[in-house]
Amino acid sequence: MKLLHRFGRFAGTFLATSLLASTSTADTPFPSTYQAPSHMPTLITNATVLTGTGQKLESASLYFVDGRIVSVGEQPTTLSDDTRVIDVDGAWVTPGIIDVHSHLGVYPSPGVDAHSDGNEATAPVTAEVWAEHSVWPQDPGFGRALAGGITAMQILPGSANLFGGRGVTLKNVASVTYQGMKFPGAPYGLKMACGENPKRVYGRKGSGPSTRMGNIAGYRAAWIKATDYRDEHAKYAALSDEEKIEAKKPKRDLELETLAGVLDGDIIIHMHCYRADEMMTILDLAKEFNYTVGTFHHGVEAYKISSELAENGVCGALWADWWGFKMEAYDGIQENIALVDRPEGSCSVVHSDSDEGIQRLNQEAAKAMSRGNKAGMNIPPERAIKWITSNAAKSLGIEDQTGSLTTGLMADVVIWNANPFSVYAKAKQVFIDGVERYNRDDPTKQPVSDFELGQLLEVSR
Amino acid sequence: MKKMTVLVALAMGLQGVGASAESLRIDNATVMTMGSMGTLQNTDILIEDGEITAIGTDLSGDADRVIDAGGAIITPAMFAGATTTGLVEVSAVRESVDSSVNETPLGKLHVEFDIRRAYSPLTSLHSITRTEGFGYSLLAAAGGQYSIAGVGSLVDFNGGFDSFSGNDTVFIDVDGYSSRKVGGSRAAHWMLLDGAMADLKRRASEQEYLTLAGRNVLKRLKSDGIFVFSANRAADIKQVIEFATEHDISAVIVGAREAWMMAQELADSDIAVMVNGLDNLPADFDSLGSRLDNAALLSNAGVTVMFTSDETHNARKIRQGAGTAVAYGMDYDLALQAMTTTPAEVFGGRNRALAVGNSADLVVWSGDPLEVTSYATRVVIEGEVMSMESRQSKLLQRYLPKDAGMGRAYINR
Repeated sequence: MKLLHRFGRFAGTFLATSLLASTSTADTPFPSTYQAPSHMPTLITNATVLTGTGQKLESASLYFVDGRIVSVGEQPTTLSDDTRVIDVDGAWVTPGIIDVHSHLGVYPSPGVDAHSDGNEATAPVTAEVWAEHSVWPQDPGFGRALAGGITAMQILPGSANLFGGRGVTLKNVASVTYQGMKFPGAPYGLKMACGENPKRVYGRKGSGPSTRMGNIAGYRAAWIKATDYRDEHAKYAALSDEEKIEAKKPKRDLELETLAGVLDGDIIIHMHCYRADEMMTILDLAKEFNYTVGTFHHGVEAYKISSELAENGVCGALWADWWGFKMEAYDGIQENIALVDRPEGSCSVVHSDSDEGIQRLNQEAAKAMSRGNKAGMNIPPERAIKWITSNAAKSLGIEDQTGSLTTGLMADVVIWNANPFSVYAKAKQVFIDGVERYNRDDPTKQPVSDFELGQLLEVSR
Repeated sequence: MKKMTVLVALAMGLQGVGASAESLRIDNATVMTMGSMGTLQNTDILIEDGEITAIGTDLSGDADRVIDAGGAIITPAMFAGATTTGLVEVSAVRESVDSSVNETPLGKLHVEFDIRRAYSPLTSLHSITRTEGFGYSLLAAAGGQYSIAGVGSLVDFNGGFDSFSGNDTVFIDVDGYSSRKVGGSRAAHWMLLDGAMADLKRRASEQEYLTLAGRNVLKRLKSDGIFVFSANRAADIKQVIEFATEHDISAVIVGAREAWMMAQELADSDIAVMVNGLDNLPADFDSLGSRLDNAALLSNAGVTVMFTSDETHNARKIRQGAGTAVAYGMDYDLALQAMTTTPAEVFGGRNRALAVGNSADLVVWSGDPLEVTSYATRVVIEGEVMSMESRQSKLLQRYLPKDAGMGRAYINR
């Protein structure tokens, strides 16, 4: 399994491994308590379906029962008697949209100082912190994202640190606890950061790193410790019960436990990195310590190394048009996503990193698609939709659960009022595990966070 | 002024600056004039000496250059919002940023801080923004440590070093977030601003809130300038309305997330707003009422609405906000006017509609100008067909070919 992980061409290759690993661990702390309520069997008919697997189906049906997709395309010959039939009259239907890079909950609205919980900027290596412990489930941004068709997302720590901590994948379901949102069985992510942010934050503190070479030295020192830790624990675990009595049980260390989880292939690396040269350095770093980089995030220069990314099976989670806000973002171009998508075996993802962007990832993908086509790349909607569905699921290691309209996968579905690759398009109905969690025309199916409840009562409108 | 612009630009070896002597005819376009002529199908535009000299069907006048638009939509060049274009190259590189001023030794307001003295038309942002269909912007002073951030005005993206126009415009923060600049309470903004206004009535030697230079500037602004207040909360917007009425000044509100609650009052007092069409989160306690139909509610109530994106590098994103405002109920024509002609009217610039006698600043679009999948295919500024090259288009050219030959560094056309 480890070999598969290490040399796996696609980020998803080791996915099954990690799902197995996390479900087989009896003492998984902070476990998911999410359970989808029951729903009526649902048949969507007369739909223009983008499957998320690269297909566009006209006048198609989608049938889901007990939270799972039963059929896609042709109408099934037998339907449950209590089936709810939704004739969408040609409207577009896509998989639920997935954002691989969000700070909802950890940098929530309102963005007051007391809510600033995304960066444990006290040391450059804080692999021991978990973003989920900062998530405020009452962030109104979750509901806004749902209205934009977001059904799952990864909440990441910020990028102040070389190792920022664990990210968590959530279902976009309203809950009083984050455990109630936690995507069952999804592997953890580990946020790492290249470049300007860590060296700026710790350069100012005077503790270092203060340079890019300092950043790399910091990663290497941490991976050396993690390798020793992993070997020590593996050695102990391999002992017989009798030998264990004699041997000294190695101490548990939260920081190194997370890093060892990466080395074991259970935790996926999500690496904030802008510059092409730095991304290539990181790929060499990963080879030195026998781990895999799952996804480069932001990667405004990813287009310069699109072939190398595809060859290494690394996803690029990118913006449609951000640039210039710092030096390492200076070479951003609007064709980045399309160029990263171009090589065989690529994994281009549109991410938001924004409480505004997450509400309209479909439009961000539309912009990127349009710019790719303008540059002559001939990208149809059925391909571009992968950037915010199946490729995103692959980045998070959940592509065998969700991210496409495929028989057996979770019924995470969006019905749009128009072609979703448009500024005028709105998500009309959003289903998560078959349950209608949002309906634009029905206020009883629009979640309102505790924070927004009862605000502005004096306003009459 | 214009001649100076052209001469300097030519000396710099710049392309596409100043009124073109070449005549140009664009045939067969869908012309959204944003003026009295409305939208015209299958229409030609004749441009001579940088000005539109005819708009009509089957124009036969000779032209040095003829472009067939093939039915594409043409609008006036767009407004990029309130930006700091020309005041910044990279946001996080301090020496390349000149949009705000902090900590001067004088504890007074500095109305005389004029952001235009730091403006350069030669940044990479200019071509990157212009090639996306934007012809002008409101050059804004951004934040800093004073209630009064400084003075700017409209600026044209025509390559000129001093292509400023319209009324002098002063930028003032009065929201909760900026209350930390004035000791903790936003009420202190009004205390200082009332004090500054009172200084105008005091002798020059007895100024309490202003420097002498600032006094002269504020005097001018009061009679002929525009005061742009940054405010979101309904209560703060009410204060702006009252301040503007009391001191008889022209006011505009930027941000304005809760302005829909004050729509009638704003309409009655003729105060325009600049909103971000994508705002809908309670980003802070000033914005609890933030909503996507803010622009629609305001414009339906008769308030003059404009857009801004809170972006400078990515100012092109402003179209997405305008399109979203339309998706949430704003009249399409009003939104497109807000993106083209309205800001020039509000801030005292020239008439930017496509009409005979007006400067030929226009854009040919690949589709609906408010749609995210559309883009500018040609940009004409002062009658000249502009280059569609930018630093970003050159990076694309360098990395688009699969075969790099001698290496990407040699792909340099």
